[in-house]
Amino acid sequence: MIEQESEVIFNKKVADGTFLMGLRSYEISSGAKPGQFVMLRVRQSFDPLLRRPFSICGTREDDIFLILYRLVGRGTTILSHVGEGTKLSVTGPLGKGFDIPKPGRKSLLIAGGIGIAPLIFLARKIKMIDLIFMAGYGSLKEVIDLESAGLKVPDIRIATDDGTLGHKGLVTDLLESYMTMSGNEMFKVFSCGPLHMLKRIAAITINSGAECQVSLEASMACGLGACQSCAVKSSSDQGMVYYHVCRDGPVFPAKSIDWKSI
Amino acid sequence: MTSINSDLSVKIGTLELKNPVLTASGTFGYGSEFSSLIDINKLGGIVVKGISLRPRAGNPPPRIVETHCGMLNAIGLANIGLENFLKEKLPWLQSLSTAVIVNIYGHSIEEYAAVAAGLKGVEGVSAIEINISCPNVECGGMVFGTDPKTSARVTEAVLKESDKPVIVKLSPNVTDIRAIAISVEKAGAYAISLINTLTGMAIDVEKRVPKLANITGGLSGPAIRPVALYMVYQVVKAVKIPVIGIGGIMNYWDALEFLIAGARAIQVGTANFVEPDVSLDIIEGLKRFCMDREIISIDDIIGTLNEKVDPGGQGTRTN
Repeated sequence: MIEQESEVIFNKKVADGTFLMGLRSYEISSGAKPGQFVMLRVRQSFDPLLRRPFSICGTREDDIFLILYRLVGRGTTILSHVGEGTKLSVTGPLGKGFDIPKPGRKSLLIAGGIGIAPLIFLARKIKMIDLIFMAGYGSLKEVIDLESAGLKVPDIRIATDDGTLGHKGLVTDLLESYMTMSGNEMFKVFSCGPLHMLKRIAAITINSGAECQVSLEASMACGLGACQSCAVKSSSDQGMVYYHVCRDGPVFPAKSIDWKSI
Repeated sequence: MTSINSDLSVKIGTLELKNPVLTASGTFGYGSEFSSLIDINKLGGIVVKGISLRPRAGNPPPRIVETHCGMLNAIGLANIGLENFLKEKLPWLQSLSTAVIVNIYGHSIEEYAAVAAGLKGVEGVSAIEINISCPNVECGGMVFGTDPKTSARVTEAVLKESDKPVIVKLSPNVTDIRAIAISVEKAGAYAISLINTLTGMAIDVEKRVPKLANITGGLSGPAIRPVALYMVYQVVKAVKIPVIGIGGIMNYWDALEFLIAGARAIQVGTANFVEPDVSLDIIEGLKRFCMDREIISIDDIIGTLNEKVDPGGQGTRTN
């Protein structure tokens, strides 16, 4: 983990309200694992005050790491106006990432909206023959072309709320229909997206006995385990009641989270 | 040109600090969280996360929300409890060559005393800071800290069980902070630190719900600095014991305001989240400030406020 000024190499719009940014840092790029994140200061100012957490979306050429972000508020709006060559203060890589699956078993990567960011990075570590990528969006204009992030996935299945691309409905519908078709085939699920979507995926996978890892999002101030603000309730009835997303996660086995509290 | 090596060391009674910059409780974990990012031994000291007799899970999320130039938190004093602290965190803290101040709190006067008793004779703990001011838990301190009499009773109970310097951390959520300060001084407090966070809230307008599960939280960050500075200024005048200034300090210039107002040391809080190495920058800034002006000791700055405003202007740095 390191804190440093990282140069913005590019910052481009890749879908409606969605941007891909490349930043130069050999230390972060070479050390990053899929599922890990960085804390980024969108500008040198006390307003907004806090750093923002962003999943690492990939790495390029040894010393560049990528973040994919959606405009959701002041911080990301400011970030979308940052020009090439600007230096931003970044801390990372932080947290625990996904367990990279061994070859020979199907891996289902299930993304909801901007939750696709860490899964794009994870997909690079999985053999394409083992990979099924499912992505859910509100509408066609939000759909991220994975090739813009340098990823070619042969088996990609899309769901949109309004039916403008792929299945009309939820990405969890795609998971359920896959399970109906696949019979007893063993597979692993890796997912990131809105909490209500992850809650549904957790219920489906826990019920079927499939292994599932989820990457959670939470408001956090430090990203280092000090402020204890990013609490999420553990399913364990003994020991730690709350996990901290920044240090214990952001990736958790789905069964370790108390989904009733969400 | 001669260059002097300015001395940054300060004394809080018998507690000697290599410089006046401490990290505030609740913003620096148990110290080890920052050890891969900064050299902790360069700090004047660290104040660890508040410890209670038994572990405490804390409040349900969301626990923080950002506000203009600040943040509201309602962590709920989540901590691992005294026993786990002594077993898991203390050995590493004992290996440090800087002051380690343990912040404590309780649900009752007896619990405060019990935590202090548990730290009695423990090596490597330089002082105790009593939290009588956390706004985020029922009976989590603020009920003790908003009344001069109960503030004094908690202080006395801890002093009776403790063999260490006892610092009392005050709440700003009172009508007159001087009354509390005078009361804990009379009770025998070694020093006073202030301010803890200011109670506040934020509302999600679309959903019409509070942004924090706890409804209210404690406001911190640069937004509160002028309020904190004024309270430090008031308390310095009201008591003879040393005062430690806390509240929205983001850089050495902010730290100097508190020192000039009479604080013998300062604590850096929310800024640790924004820039993990900010405390070291503040120490370097103080050193440079003194050396540039040939000030031999930081002591020569403390409490030097001249209350007559300079008609020539307010200086150039305002941030």
